[in-house]
Amino acid sequence: MNKIVSKEQFSANVVKLVVEAPLIARTRKAGHFVIVKVGAKGERIPLTIAGADVEKGTIDLVIQCVGKSSRKICALNEGDYITDLVGPLGQATHVEKVGTVVCAGGGVGVAPLMPIVEAFHKAGNRVIVVLAARTKDLIILEDQMQANSDEVVIMTDDGSYGTKGLVTDGVESVIKREKVDLCVTIGPAIMMKFVSILTKKYEIPTVASLNTIMVDGTGMCGACRITVGGKTKFVCVDGPEFDAHQVDYDEMIMRLGAYKEHEQK
Amino acid sequence: MATENIIITRRAEPWREELRKSKKNKERTDIPRVKMNELDPVYRSRVRNEEVNLGLTAEQAMQEAQRCLDCVNPTCMSGCPVSINIPTFIKYIEKGEFLNAAKTLKETSALPAVCGRVCPQEKQCEAECIHLKMKKEAVAIGYLERFAADYERESGQISVPEIAAPNNIKIAVVGSGPAGLSFAGDMAKMGYDVTVFEALHEIGGVLKYGIPEFRLPNEIVDVEIEGLHKMGVKFLSNCIVGRTITYDDLHTEGFKGIFVASGAGLPNFMNIPGENLVGVMSSNEYLTRVNLMDAANPESDTPVWLGKNIAVIGGGNTAMDSVRTAKRLGADRAIIVYRRSEEEMPARVEEVKHAKEEGIEFMTLHNPIEYIGDQYGRVKQMRLQKMELGEPDASGRRRPVAIEGAIETIDVDGVIVSVGVSPNPLVPRAFQGLEISKWGTIVVNQDTMQSALSDVYAGGDIVRGGATVILAMGDGRRAAAGMHEQLQGKE
Repeated sequence: MNKIVSKEQFSANVVKLVVEAPLIARTRKAGHFVIVKVGAKGERIPLTIAGADVEKGTIDLVIQCVGKSSRKICALNEGDYITDLVGPLGQATHVEKVGTVVCAGGGVGVAPLMPIVEAFHKAGNRVIVVLAARTKDLIILEDQMQANSDEVVIMTDDGSYGTKGLVTDGVESVIKREKVDLCVTIGPAIMMKFVSILTKKYEIPTVASLNTIMVDGTGMCGACRITVGGKTKFVCVDGPEFDAHQVDYDEMIMRLGAYKEHEQK
Repeated sequence: MATENIIITRRAEPWREELRKSKKNKERTDIPRVKMNELDPVYRSRVRNEEVNLGLTAEQAMQEAQRCLDCVNPTCMSGCPVSINIPTFIKYIEKGEFLNAAKTLKETSALPAVCGRVCPQEKQCEAECIHLKMKKEAVAIGYLERFAADYERESGQISVPEIAAPNNIKIAVVGSGPAGLSFAGDMAKMGYDVTVFEALHEIGGVLKYGIPEFRLPNEIVDVEIEGLHKMGVKFLSNCIVGRTITYDDLHTEGFKGIFVASGAGLPNFMNIPGENLVGVMSSNEYLTRVNLMDAANPESDTPVWLGKNIAVIGGGNTAMDSVRTAKRLGADRAIIVYRRSEEEMPARVEEVKHAKEEGIEFMTLHNPIEYIGDQYGRVKQMRLQKMELGEPDASGRRRPVAIEGAIETIDVDGVIVSVGVSPNPLVPRAFQGLEISKWGTIVVNQDTMQSALSDVYAGGDIVRGGATVILAMGDGRRAAAGMHEQLQGKE
């Protein structure tokens, strides 16, 4: 049982929970995730750790309400408990000084991007963040990103904030004006697919952090398997980050839809 | 006292002698072997959680116990990985002292009600029974074990084994499956302060996530765990050693010995086209969803793939568990697809028999070569290569050879791949200095189960790669003895 210390509503569908988890706060690194389960009959779902406070012994989780289980977590309030929480899981982000790093995030991918932006910035890189959303109200974490990067580029589909266009338009504008050494992308699978196509064209090494269906999250079930460079990989133990240019996104999107009807119930 | 002496001393107790003399051996061997009471196959193949085997009545158990000749040299015991004093517990049953029978089991087994259900007795204790040499059926040791354990549990008079005075030496166990629980039980008996760390939210490992309710009810597992709890064993779920806490943390916390029993995590796939289609999954995933997450229960948030034509690839116990589960969850056709013949199947004879009674189809000498999906990426068909048996291979079993051109396509809307598991790398990676084999298993001294790190012992599937509950339990016992000896020497 892990207590929720505070809750913040980022947008209509996105909340941030600060959760007591002193052991995880101490050992987690950028890129790690946890498995969360709410209620005795709850589902185990993976959530990337968006941040941590070692002193206070807390971790930050940012959740977008998309289905039954995420709605259940979003409905929890300050003082409530998360029934089961385990981690940190997955391989940590490989952070080093490479030069200029573009971090492209869309939707709820923006939250897990936060610790990665922070880590690359701390490692001495020039970090440019591209945040994309459908509309102004859905842009989250802008201030925190500003504070931990060299520049933030905002893109909205409807042009209500920043520049009108897709995340790929934002990334391409940066690539066209300066040399980019690495791109990191987190967001919906379809978004990562197109970012990947774009950066491949410009031959920029790119890392995608994948969020697939998982059950145990420790390598036991294989529900999270994807194809990378023609080989089957488990996102939970081999990932969640992979060479974006090698990932079979179409297969991943197909597998993400396995329980679509169930999720909407 | 050495095991041989214990056997002799206990056999020489007056009540045992009297009981032995009460019947002639001929009378004993003439009694036919008891038949397990079972649920009706048609009924049980449509209910999810009811146990198939119903156990023996007291009368049946006492009669079956009479069949045991109480041999001078009880060969059955040599077939038991945890060295249960088999004649002693059976003779207690014959005498009607069921609680004493249960106590005897608990002297060496941390999980008698579990072993009585899932051990392959026909390949172990019962395979060594004297009756077989006389061309008679072996004494039903497994059924009797289950009877004694169940009797004790249902009586409410559950005994707690004798515990040595606490020595305040802290011991960590990584994983709460059969190896870990068996080790924890033995160490607790010797007075150690034992903490079991479990990665999942439930204690029990494969006994909970793997073996279905109809073969091993979770409630039974919980009672055995409660027994360990009463012996002073502490359990910590949602904690991954190597992740949540490190090897160094364990040292800082004062743990003097660590037993790694983290199991065989990674499911094997066959690397054939279409294996990542929706509806194709590992038996680990399928069974975890149904058993651990209770996914077939409408109240559970976890979904499970419910197909009408389900094929399960493989011929082991896990394959049988999966295919029988699929039938219970409403599949019209639930098929075992196995590349060898039935004779080579590693599954227990009882499981195969039960599966057949429940209407499971067997497509032996068939091997999948491709899965075909529909426009949504869901599996709709599978292509099967027909096989024939050739010369024996390294395992001594006849090698399956493809019959050229003999390919068949069948309709399926769900495929469960049950072709073995590989050790989970998560835990071994966390211990710098372990010796790891090319299969990813931890290399240990076979007698003491000590690894290359002097304070780390290991057992169960993380050492064996993929074995049975009882072999894992045997490892736990050996590791406990080995670690105890080492720690004693240090004092």
